[in-house]
Amino acid sequence: MQVLLNGTPAEIKEGSTIADLLEQLQIGRERVAVEVNLEIVPKSAYDSHTLATEDRIEIVHFVGGG
Amino acid sequence: MALENDKLIIAGREFSSRLMVGTGKYADFQQMVRALEVSGAEIITVAVRRVNISDRNKESLLDHIDLKKYTLLPNTAGCYTADDAVRTCRLAREAGLSDFVKLEVLGDEKTLFPDNEELLKAAKILVAEGFTVLPYCSDDVTVCRKLEDIGCAAVMPLGAPIGSGLGIRNPYNIKIILENIKVPVIVDAGVGCASDAAIAMELGCHGVLMNTAIAGAQDPIAMAEAMKLAVIAGRLSYKAGRIPRKLYANASSPIEGLLA
Repeated sequence: MQVLLNGTPAEIKEGSTIADLLEQLQIGRERVAVEVNLEIVPKSAYDSHTLATEDRIEIVHFVGGG
Repeated sequence: MALENDKLIIAGREFSSRLMVGTGKYADFQQMVRALEVSGAEIITVAVRRVNISDRNKESLLDHIDLKKYTLLPNTAGCYTADDAVRTCRLAREAGLSDFVKLEVLGDEKTLFPDNEELLKAAKILVAEGFTVLPYCSDDVTVCRKLEDIGCAAVMPLGAPIGSGLGIRNPYNIKIILENIKVPVIVDAGVGCASDAAIAMELGCHGVLMNTAIAGAQDPIAMAEAMKLAVIAGRLSYKAGRIPRKLYANASSPIEGLLA
């Protein structure tokens, strides 16, 4: 199914949870934040939150800044 | 030493260093880590950005930062509305599990001056949500007072535009803020060299925050040390109490006993 991942269209497996997606992208869950359709998903819900087609997903982390 | 028990207290948390530094613009992570170390800073700012999905080999900032040693202060750099800034802070809290945020809401790209109206709006929401808000703001006592009334943990007036290195352009405004605001006043932005940092501290500021002045110096490690010493020197000089300025000379050597 198609989703919008960090602003870019992406194809992910039907029924994927956030945990599945992070694993597929090889992103550790500890130091990121995930937002789905402008709502932050708490880390405790990564395993249970199932993504849907056309979801707008943002995965952010910290970078250098002032 | 005279500054032994002189702690910076922000929202009940004690810090020994009054220098806060950014983590942007370094040549590489190694240089950044060394500069942070040498600066003695305990609070460091970071930005919140999208993870690069297409290039997963890129190293991550937090792989290089000892979170037991530093308090992260995520910023809202690049936000031009209260909504964007609030959204960024919520994401930062989720990613970092800390309530500290450096709130900046910018007016335009050329000056990067704060949009005080949006800043106040965002500060109000974030304080209500339990964030410890440190706002980057104009060197204007009225806006600082409003930020204090909202419940911000500190105010961070600019010395000059971000990254400009122009120094403390209006020390009298900073002085007025210091005389009228009870929360810590931290000069954020504008410092170019060590004497600028010392001037901020001699005015009585509780701390100084900088990034470009260190990261953009020809030798960032040496400048990090210079800034550390300048902040300590400026603080000591402030605490020591300077002599009044006089127009005419006042001899240092006694007049009595002069050879006739």
